[in-house]
Amino acid sequence: MEKSTERFPLTHVFGFVLSLVLTFVAAWVALEMNLSFTIVMWIIGTLAVIQAGLQLFMFMHMTEGEDGKVNIINIAFMVFCAVVIVVGSIWVLTSGHAAH
Amino acid sequence: MEVTIVGIKWDEILITGDPIILGSQIAILLTSLGIIGGLTYLKKWKWLWREWITTVDHKRIGIMYIVAAVLMFFRGGMDGLMMKAQTARPEMSILDSQHYNEVFTAHGVIMILFMAMPFLIGLMNVVIPLQIGARDVAFPQLNALSFWLFFSGAMLFNIAFVVGGAPDAGWTSYFPLAGKEFSPGIGNNYYAISLQIAGLGTLMTGINFIVTILKMRTKGMTLMRMPMFTWTTLITSVIIVAAFPIFTVALALMTFDRLYGTHFFTVAAGGSDMLWANLFWLWGHPEVYIVILPAFGMFSEIISTFSRKQLYGYKSMVVSIVAIAVLSMLVWVHHFYTMGSGALVNSFFSITTMMIAVPTGVKMFNWLFTMRKGRIKMTTAMLWSLAFVPNFVIGGVTGVMLAMGAADYQYHNTLFLVAHFHYVLIPGVVFAVFAGLYYWWPKMFGFMLNEKLGKWHFWLFVIGFNVTFMPMFFLGLNGAVRRAYTYSAESGFAPLFMLSAVGSVILAAGFAVFCYNIYWSIRYADRNISSDPWDARTLEWATSSPVQHYNFAKLPEVKSLDAFWYMKKNNEGITLKDEEIEEIHMPSNSGLPFLMCVAFGIVGFFLIFEWHLLAAVSTVLIIAGLIYRSFDYNDGYHIHKDEIRKTESTWKKMEGKVNNHVS
Ligand code: HEM
Ligand SMILES: [Cu+2]
Repeated sequence: MEKSTERFPLTHVFGFVLSLVLTFVAAWVALEMNLSFTIVMWIIGTLAVIQAGLQLFMFMHMTEGEDGKVNIINIAFMVFCAVVIVVGSIWVLTSGHAAH
Repeated sequence: MEVTIVGIKWDEILITGDPIILGSQIAILLTSLGIIGGLTYLKKWKWLWREWITTVDHKRIGIMYIVAAVLMFFRGGMDGLMMKAQTARPEMSILDSQHYNEVFTAHGVIMILFMAMPFLIGLMNVVIPLQIGARDVAFPQLNALSFWLFFSGAMLFNIAFVVGGAPDAGWTSYFPLAGKEFSPGIGNNYYAISLQIAGLGTLMTGINFIVTILKMRTKGMTLMRMPMFTWTTLITSVIIVAAFPIFTVALALMTFDRLYGTHFFTVAAGGSDMLWANLFWLWGHPEVYIVILPAFGMFSEIISTFSRKQLYGYKSMVVSIVAIAVLSMLVWVHHFYTMGSGALVNSFFSITTMMIAVPTGVKMFNWLFTMRKGRIKMTTAMLWSLAFVPNFVIGGVTGVMLAMGAADYQYHNTLFLVAHFHYVLIPGVVFAVFAGLYYWWPKMFGFMLNEKLGKWHFWLFVIGFNVTFMPMFFLGLNGAVRRAYTYSAESGFAPLFMLSAVGSVILAAGFAVFCYNIYWSIRYADRNISSDPWDARTLEWATSSPVQHYNFAKLPEVKSLDAFWYMKKNNEGITLKDEEIEEIHMPSNSGLPFLMCVAFGIVGFFLIFEWHLLAAVSTVLIIAGLIYRSFDYNDGYHIHKDEIRKTESTWKKMEGKVNNHVS
């Protein structure tokens, strides 16, 4: 293992704090603000997507890969899993009996 | 009488009033005292700490995983026997319904998460770095942390039945039953918290092995020259990384629901109980492939070694496991067709499920063709592999029956299903780990397990297994439901249940022979065996047995598939010249992973008992461990040439050949 030149992980700490802030804002919007259900869902949904993107860049080394091919396979598999989990769950839970 | 001090009901901590549980409490106490006393008397504490608890050596971590798994097999097997005794005759009263619920829950969770997983991960740990010609895994200390988190979770789960109350909602813990409303006790908190802790360890193992296999292969070992066990471990690790986070999230939501009053899975406040079943199986189905794929890899190695032929259809094997991995993410709904998601959903998942039979069938034929015209050696390891083929096919074919959504309305929740998954899990996983243990035992310890006792173990176990579970298919078709603690005499189930119970005793006798075999071999087996007793084909056999802690004095170079076979054939790279010896850099031991195990155990325990303040305060321990680790710049140490020279000369003559006097 080679040593990293920069010892203090600034981006990690920054990303961590930002994630905490986003999470607390979401909780605050849902619990403390008297907004309608749909608006709350939109706001916290947006915050969640922002946080997911943030973490990809701050923690998951999205930008650092040296090996292009491996990165593409990784991203493709990641997208595949995310789509299966999210779209699949919604499909399964909202069709048939569950729809009525 | 209720004793409440600082908000804690002290008298509810230990479970009282049941003679079986009282017996277990006494047994646990005496065993613990015995172990502590024994270690103190033999002055082994220091040795235990230095050689095992703080180790970061993948081989020792693997052995600890295996020891834990064998113990868990014993515990889970006792639970299985208790259920078989209870249902041996109609209207028995060994276990009441509540106790039966607790027992099958413990059995399911322990067998899958604390027996099958660690057994396989243990063998992966021992073998994979050797097979790819590496000196350790990519992150040795993380590896130790994985083990200790698994251990922490497993121990928490195991004390449930004597401390606080056992979970009782099945290994699937479906809502609404597993929610606070219907399971108000703390039992199901054990499920949520201890599986969470163990799951973190598994996730780290997955990451560790992906990096190890992708980055640490020795010179010349391209992806398509990797042994099949390495391939299956790689793909398994990918599935772990894809699937375990789903379980992590589901368990976290369950914890919120049970501990903090959220309603993710309760319909009352807009949640969805079906969401739990959905998330559980989104993880749960890939999980069964996580336990089956490494087993497939082990059978491939063993069948190829003892047929003395290269694995047939190597490329199609690789394609099959990748196909299985992708498909395994697309079939989860077959566990709850009867939940009523509609015809389109059920049809889609019926088709994807049946499609998995295709790559699996390809693998079956590849194993058969590997054996074709081979000079087969009937060792114990090979016997397990041979028995695996027909037994697993029974499990697979009944699986295709269950895969049909429409037909599943008939089979669902019956003992037919229970028989089916035991026919996949026992031949698929248990036969595999036994085979692997007999096969790699000399690599781990430098002596073999007794082959004659091994055959007794094999025959008793395989016959017992079939006698136990074959009747369950027919019981299920006749309408016997699963998770039922008893049945009436009029049902007509009695004879088959009795037969099944007799089978489980034979099965248990097989396991007893296995334990005796370990004991016998430790005491009496011949220590003077070669480093390659099976005349094997892959790199783990190219070094000494037991393996020196740096694995290879000189990293081997790979020129073809079955690298070690090639080296032996062409007499290349087996000898070690003096000038080739170089200093070797190794990672240092660390007590931190064990301390993290303790910290997670304490926090987990407090969370389980819902002592929120104590839990919050003790979380400081975990954070302290993380901070300490961040500032830990220990770079390891170097092994000097003299030491390597000395170690190497004990097992092979410099410039000479590997001595090969036993086979
Ligand atoms: C060693 C001999 C074994 C015996 C005698 C045995 C017996 C049983 C019995 C009687 C049941 C409950 C049936 C019911 O009433 O619903 C059961 C359930 C189960 N077994 Fe086993 N079993 C054995 C091995 C295993 C192994 C090796 C695994 C996994 C690797 C396993 C996994 C399970 C699971 C997941 C359940 C379902 C638990 C639940 O309903 O929540 N069993 N077993
Ligand atoms: Cu499944």
